Amino acid sequence: MALSIEEIKKMIITSIPDATIEIKDLMGDSNHYSAKISSKIFNGKSKIEQHKIVYKSLQGKMGNELHALSITTEGK
Amino acid sequence: MDVKSEIKNIIDKNDVCLFMKGVPEAPQCGFSMALSNVLKHLNVNFKGFNVLENETIRQGIKVYSDWPTIPQLYIKGEFIGGCDIVKEMFENGELKELLINKKLI
Repeated sequence: MALSIEEIKKMIITSIPDATIEIKDLMGDSNHYSAKISSKIFNGKSKIEQHKIVYKSLQGKMGNELHALSITTEGK
Repeated sequence: MDVKSEIKNIIDKNDVCLFMKGVPEAPQCGFSMALSNVLKHLNVNFKGFNVLENETIRQGIKVYSDWPTIPQLYIKGEFIGGCDIVKEMFENGELKELLINKKLI
């Protein structure tokens, strides 16, 4: 089951409430997305930690239902 | 040997190790191809470990680094990142700098 942009946004916002999120469906197939996420929670953290926070918000869907989500993170 | 020790062994034996789908000569996923091309471009010797040939490692590596996706790059035993992070580090020059500092290129 593929996830929609809205579903992905909702999951991220639920665990990172102050997140500003921009998601693109790269191929129009609801399967290859790119997401740009900024939040205060990322401040002072390494890129690996920042991406892990995003992956955790997706509750195990990354690498499963969500095959391809390219992530860019930044602090606020 | 448990999977964790097996992975540690692979990473310890190879200064630059890329866990990927397929092999560097024939990657089987766009993300694995992208990282393999980055390393080739930087002219660094690396070991490409094909997780499609080893289901235990394929699952184990995700637990090892607490990272849900493949490819994964390790340099001198340290997890550097997946496709997005490594590409970013390549583009801003950090990856090259790291490899030079570790005397790998």
